[in-house]
Amino acid sequence: MTDPGDIELWLLLLGAVAGTYLWRGLGVIFASRIDPQGPAFQWITCVSYAMLSGLIARMIFLPVGPLTEVPLSYRVAGIVAGLAVFFLFRQRLLPAVGAGLLVFIALIYV
Amino acid sequence: MLDTPEQVNRQAVKDALGFPALMLLASMTGFGSLARESGLTLGVALGSTAGVWGLPGQVALAELYAAGIPTFFVVLAVSLANARFMPMAVSFIPLMRKGTRSYGWMFILVQLMSINSWAAGLRRFDQIETGLRQRYYVVFALICMASGLTGTALGFVGVVAMPRPFALGLIFLNPLFFAVLLAGSRTRMAILALLIGAPLGPVFHLLSPEWGLLATGVLGGTAAFWINRTVATRKAHD
Repeated sequence: MTDPGDIELWLLLLGAVAGTYLWRGLGVIFASRIDPQGPAFQWITCVSYAMLSGLIARMIFLPVGPLTEVPLSYRVAGIVAGLAVFFLFRQRLLPAVGAGLLVFIALIYV
Repeated sequence: MLDTPEQVNRQAVKDALGFPALMLLASMTGFGSLARESGLTLGVALGSTAGVWGLPGQVALAELYAAGIPTFFVVLAVSLANARFMPMAVSFIPLMRKGTRSYGWMFILVQLMSINSWAAGLRRFDQIETGLRQRYYVVFALICMASGLTGTALGFVGVVAMPRPFALGLIFLNPLFFAVLLAGSRTRMAILALLIGAPLGPVFHLLSPEWGLLATGVLGGTAAFWINRTVATRKAHD
């Protein structure tokens, strides 16, 4: 009943879970033995942040999936609206996300 | 000081059932819809919420899979996107281990750690008797996990059930959520990494879809780290 694509997908998930757990497990092993503010960890944090930021920018400017159905200007407007509300209203996360979402959906309807 | 199991349970439920549960429900609804549209099955989507339990890695997983990137690169990117779990665990585990028996147990508990439970623990542990901290963490983290799984399922089912503009909105939640979340970054180091990573992401993706995201992280992150150190050293000399 299971097709090969399914097995491949579960193997991919297994790899992703193991690749993430690696860091958690290492964290337990190193706990209290190394300084979490040390240069090696700062570098790891920088790598994670740069990747995440690059991934978001790529999803907005060069989407691969369904977001290609929406013009670039709508995607940018949604992000700008979210950030504007975030900075104007005391950096509250949920209202900012709500505003960005509203602008994005409204633009598609207009 | 909270020193009975009942008090600790109550505090954990109260802390979790506000902003953290709501935020996880919303962000994981976005992920569930992205997972569906990227061709993942419901089982794999739920499995990645429970097993990866870190939104950056999960979004990378769905996005890179949809882009048809080979498994090896996807796994590497997911792993690196969640690398911050190591410094988080290093600072967090010692706080929880105090006054408790087994060390091996920590290898299971650490799977439940997310930015929410980490932040809640750092905030509350001072007020909780050391032997009961694990209880607080487990109750808090399980509520978060339940909201995350619920959100994933809702998004997965919802994205095909609702009108297309709303479905697209759900998918748009993924970049939107992170853009707003990261805009709250305070440290110079984080801001540098974000500003350098953002332009590199699309550019490197065009150069090589396989290596693009990894190169963005390693080159952009290293540049941010180096600039941050240089500025810090220069300031120390002034």
